[in-house]
Amino acid sequence: MLKVTNLHVSVFGTPILKGLDLEVNAGEVHAIMGPNGSGKSTLSNVIAGRDGYEITAGSIEYMGKDLSELEAEERACEGIFLAFQYPVEIPGVSNMAMLKAAINSKRKYHGETEMTAGDFLKLIRQKADFVEMKQEFLKRSVNEGFSGGEKKRNEILQMAMLEPKLALLDETDSGLDIDALKVVSKGVNALRSPDRAMILVTHYQRLLDYIVPDQVHVLAGGRIVKSGDKSLALKLEEKGYGWLDESLNGDATLEQVAS
Amino acid sequence: MNMSKAVEIETDEKNRDLKELVKREYKEGFVTDVESDTFEPGLNEDVVRRISAKKNEPEFMLDYRLKAFRRWQKMKEPDWAHIDYPKIDFQAIAYYSAPKEVPKLDSLDQVDPKILETYERLGIPLYEQKMLANVAVDAVFDSVSVRTTFRKTLSEAGVIFMPISEAVQEHPELIKKYLSSVVPVQDNYYAALNSAVFSDGSFVYIPPGVRCPMELSTYFRINEMNTGQFERTLIVADEGSYVSYLEGCTAPQRDENQLHAAVVELVAHKDAQIKYSTVQNWYPGDENGKGGIYNFVTKRGICKGDNSKISWTQVETGSAITWKYPSVVLQGDNSVGEFYSVALTHNKQQADTGTKMIHMGKNTSSTIISKGISAGHGQNTYRGLVKILKGADNARNFSQCDSLLMGDRCGAHTFPYIEVQNPSANLEHEATTSKISEDQLFYLKQRGLSEEAAVSMIVNGFCKEVFRELPMEFAVEAQKLLDISLEGAVG
Repeated sequence: MLKVTNLHVSVFGTPILKGLDLEVNAGEVHAIMGPNGSGKSTLSNVIAGRDGYEITAGSIEYMGKDLSELEAEERACEGIFLAFQYPVEIPGVSNMAMLKAAINSKRKYHGETEMTAGDFLKLIRQKADFVEMKQEFLKRSVNEGFSGGEKKRNEILQMAMLEPKLALLDETDSGLDIDALKVVSKGVNALRSPDRAMILVTHYQRLLDYIVPDQVHVLAGGRIVKSGDKSLALKLEEKGYGWLDESLNGDATLEQVAS
Repeated sequence: MNMSKAVEIETDEKNRDLKELVKREYKEGFVTDVESDTFEPGLNEDVVRRISAKKNEPEFMLDYRLKAFRRWQKMKEPDWAHIDYPKIDFQAIAYYSAPKEVPKLDSLDQVDPKILETYERLGIPLYEQKMLANVAVDAVFDSVSVRTTFRKTLSEAGVIFMPISEAVQEHPELIKKYLSSVVPVQDNYYAALNSAVFSDGSFVYIPPGVRCPMELSTYFRINEMNTGQFERTLIVADEGSYVSYLEGCTAPQRDENQLHAAVVELVAHKDAQIKYSTVQNWYPGDENGKGGIYNFVTKRGICKGDNSKISWTQVETGSAITWKYPSVVLQGDNSVGEFYSVALTHNKQQADTGTKMIHMGKNTSSTIISKGISAGHGQNTYRGLVKILKGADNARNFSQCDSLLMGDRCGAHTFPYIEVQNPSANLEHEATTSKISEDQLFYLKQRGLSEEAAVSMIVNGFCKEVFRELPMEFAVEAQKLLDISLEGAVG
C-alpha cells in the first residue's frame, strides 16, 4: 500500500530525512520509534502533504500512485488520515459541521452523493459512543476547550468516521493518562482491518503494550536504522536509544542528529 | 539555516498564498442601460428646491431641506476616523437621478423591464409569486423607489411600508413627528447633507400591538454614473409592536468613487422591538483601490419607551470606505440595545465602523459583538462608545471585539470609548486578535477540505455569533458573500 524509497526530505533547506525506506502493506500495523529530532513527525507530515516539506530525492508511492503529485486534501480523499500530535482548535466550527464537510468532500471526490443529515447523525452518534465521547462534544467547536485526552479521542473519532486506508498516528499517546490511553487504543485496535494499514509514530514503548504492531522500525538520523518485531520495542525500552549508536556506522551519532 | 529564517520564509509563503486568496470578482458590477432623468452635477439651494419640487413636496419638507442645507454649508467634513481618501468634491456629484419612465408603484407592468431584469440578476425578483415567502421588498433604483411588494397584505395588518417620498404625501403627520427625531439635521456633516438632498428610501410604521406579518426589506441599487445615493429610512414601531427589517445594497463597477450617504432612524415605543439587519455589498473598488463606494452612513435608533429593544446586525463586505456607527439611545427603563457586526476589508478597502450605546434609563442593557476581518491591504477599525448617563442606574454593557488578520499588510484597530457617570454601572469588554494559522488550514485540508472550503469554514466560524442573529435567508446570503469575497483561494 505504501512504499517509501530512498526518501530525502528537507524542511526550509535543512535535510531531515536522508534515505528512508519503508514498505507497509494493507492489514499491517507498523510502529516507528526514535529519539526526539530523528524525523518521525517529518515522515508523517510529508506523507500527509504538509507545505514546507520538500522531497529532494526518492519517492513515496501510495496505492500505486506517486504521492508528490497530490495535494494534501487529495491525499486525504484518497484515504490517508493523519491523527495529529497537536490537534488545532477551530473556534465557532462545530465538530459535527467539520466532519460533515469532510465526509461530503471525500464523497464528492469519489463522485458520490452527499450523505443525508439523518445517516450522518446516526453514524456519528454510533462512532462517538465507540470512542466513549459524550454527544455534547459533537456540538462543541473543534477541539476548543478540550483536554489533551479529549483532543486525542476526537482524532480517533474522526478516523473512525472517515475510514481511511492508511492511518498515521503521530505521537497519539503523548499527553494521555492511562485511562485515556486505553480508550484510544481500544478505538485504534477496533479499526484494524485487513484492508487498512496503520503507522504509529511514538517515542515510548508504552503505547505498544496496547496496540501490538506487526513491525517496529527505529528511525535515527533520518533513516530507518533497525527493523524487527515487537520485541525490538521492548529491547529499546530496556537499553535506551544509545544502544543503537553503533548501527549508524559512524555517519553521525544520535546526539548529533538530535541537536 | 536557523529557525528564525525558516519562520520568515514560511511567513512569506503564506503571504503570497493569502494574496491570491483574497482576489475576487464583483459579480454585481454590471450597469443597466436605462434612460434616466439626472440632474447636472453640483449642489446649491436651487438644486435642493428642485429635488423638493420633483417630489411635489409640501412646504414643511422644503423648509426642512433648506434648513439642513444651510446648516451643512457651515459644517466641516469630519476627519477623526481612521480612513484615508482624497477630498470629496461635492460639486462634482449629481444629486438626483431617476429612471425616465417613472413607474406607477402599484403596477409592475409599468416598471421598465430593464430595471426588473436588474433586480432579477441581483437575485431580488420583484414579482410576488417568485419572491421568498414572507419578505416584502422596497426596491430603490438610484434616487427613486421602483417597487414595493406585498403592500396589500401589509396594509391589512395596518402596517405602513412605502417609499418615504409617498409617505410625505400620504402620512405627513407621521413624517413631521418622527423625521429627524432621532438624527437631528445638524447631527453630523453627512446627516445634514442627506437631510437636504435625500430623494427616497423607505418608511415603516407598525401600529400598536402588531407583530409585522413578514420581514420587510429594502434593496438599494446605485446605477447612474457620478450620482450620489442619499436614501432615508424611517421606522417607527408603536407600543408593543415588532418588526424585522432587512437592507441590502449593490452598485456597478466603476473607476470613479461614488458617494452613498444614508440616514436611518428607528423609533421603538414602549414594549416595542425593532430588528434591523444589513448586508452591505456596495462595489469595493478594484485590487489597487480604484473606484468603489464611499459609504458614509448615520444609523441610530431610540428605545423611547420602557422595555423596548433595538437590535442592529450588519455584515459589511463592500464599499471602498465605510464610515458607519449604528447606535442606540436607551431612553426607556429596562430597554435593550444590541449591535452585531461583521466587517470584512480586503485589497485597499477601509472600514471605520462600530456603535454607540447611550444609556439614559434605569436597568438598561446593551451588547456589542464586533468581528473584523482584514485581508490584503485592508484597514479595519472598530470604534465604539458606551456612555452611561447619571440617571441610568444599574446599566449593563457587554462588549466583545474580535479581529481576524489574513497576511501581514492589513491592519486591525480597536478604539473602545467608555464614559460612565453612574457608579452602579457594570461594563465588560473583551478583545482578541488572531490570524488564520497554517496549522488550522492544514488540519482541515488533511480532513479532505479544499483550501477555499477550509478558509471559508474558519471565517464563518469566526463570524458565527453574528450570523446567528440574522434572519435565515440573510444568514445564508451573508455566508455566501463572505465566501465570494474570499474566492480565488490559495495557490
